[in-house]
Amino acid sequence: MHAQAPALRDPRLNRPEPFTPPLGDGGFFQRDRSMHPPAHAPGYKSSVLRSPRQALLSLETSVSEITGPVFGHNDLGPLDNDLIRNYAKDGDPVGERIIVHGRVLDETGRGVPDTLVEFWQANAGGRYRHKKDTYLAPIDPNFGGCGRALTDDTGYYYFRTVKPGPYPWRNYVNSWRPAHIHFSVFGSGFAQRLITQMYFEGDPLIPVCPILTTIPDKDALERLVAPLDLNASTPFDSLAYRFDIVLRGRRSTYFENRTAGN
Amino acid sequence: MPQPLNYLKETASQTAGPYVHIGLIPAMAGFDIFEKNFSNVLVTPNTQGERITLEGKVIDGSGTPLRDVLLEIWQANAAGRYNHPADRSTGPLDEEFRGWGRAGSDFESGLVTFETIKPGAIIDKTGRKGAPHINVWIVARGINIGLNTRLYFSDEEAANAADPVLSLIEQPMRRSTLIAKRSERAGKIVYAFTINLQGPEETVFFDV
Repeated sequence: MHAQAPALRDPRLNRPEPFTPPLGDGGFFQRDRSMHPPAHAPGYKSSVLRSPRQALLSLETSVSEITGPVFGHNDLGPLDNDLIRNYAKDGDPVGERIIVHGRVLDETGRGVPDTLVEFWQANAGGRYRHKKDTYLAPIDPNFGGCGRALTDDTGYYYFRTVKPGPYPWRNYVNSWRPAHIHFSVFGSGFAQRLITQMYFEGDPLIPVCPILTTIPDKDALERLVAPLDLNASTPFDSLAYRFDIVLRGRRSTYFENRTAGN
Repeated sequence: MPQPLNYLKETASQTAGPYVHIGLIPAMAGFDIFEKNFSNVLVTPNTQGERITLEGKVIDGSGTPLRDVLLEIWQANAAGRYNHPADRSTGPLDEEFRGWGRAGSDFESGLVTFETIKPGAIIDKTGRKGAPHINVWIVARGINIGLNTRLYFSDEEAANAADPVLSLIEQPMRRSTLIAKRSERAGKIVYAFTINLQGPEETVFFDV
């Protein structure tokens, strides 16, 4: 009996391995934090005591970050994307009827399909249906102010609502929020998780908002402003605004595939 | 000039604000609107694994608990597998466990709780075993971009000592900011955690 001859080459070199495209559904592009507000932004006073002071620890994205919760139509109800009807008690809510629509994309320009988008807002008078909001503008009995949608296979979403009003808040003594809608987006991996706010084209409060102006990059700020989209408006019914949301792009899974069997 | 690359730029984050509950946990805002709601209970009666309660607070730079914070957790199942197609490990999926939940802090005490299971050890992409952990994402008024951190388990000392992410933390004292402490209370397993946003015991946050 002979002992097996030692291999001359590393056997792994003979194993055919797919060479896959460099972009895919693996690790994320490094987040460009110059496009985001810094944690500590003293003009937005609440950030002072709530901002970490140590450097963030950079992690190579692992399986814990490239995965994330999966949602489906079973999680939603039929009126979830209709804020004009989803809390209506005895009529429609007061305010300008609007449609908001757009796509959730990643940084490579691909649509993010089947991802959950949640949104919430004040009513037309600038009052939130929230037990901690005490602004003097009245609650609208027919308006809840929240909804959600699942993007389709191209990343497209849409919903119907009334345009929110601006409102005062305690930062400086005369600080007002521009009209805005809050958005929460998941993406396909937990490291894409994002909360942001959509603003409306032409709102004069935008350049003086202490929260919006925490964003250091002018172009990044302008990308939060939704233009009027007359083509998507419904004649004699609703104006439309277009708001695309971009989540982080992804490299290929090649590296993960290669080592999965180790 | 070379061709332009034309990558899009990630949309800028904005604070979730004080009224985040309206959109994400409307019952806490004080009203009922959706047929189905997301919650801080990740388990069904049929979920596999050891039942645990996560219980903790997020503390600001003055030592005060945040009472308007929202946490989301994302975790593997009892076999260490995430319920997502990008997890190519071979452990069994548990159809009774999505692995995700969200919770708002109590408006008085700031306490945040989750009812879940203890996850199994994670096989990372290099085939190494990572210590069991739960991924945490934190948003609130005054937090301009969601904070990412992790919770590890105090009864996993050996696994924690070998964990590739904990090992990246240079100062041993700071590693302990990510360890939730196990105890038993009225027959329930409770893991207690504190997330400090600032100060000498500032929690380790990740740029993932």
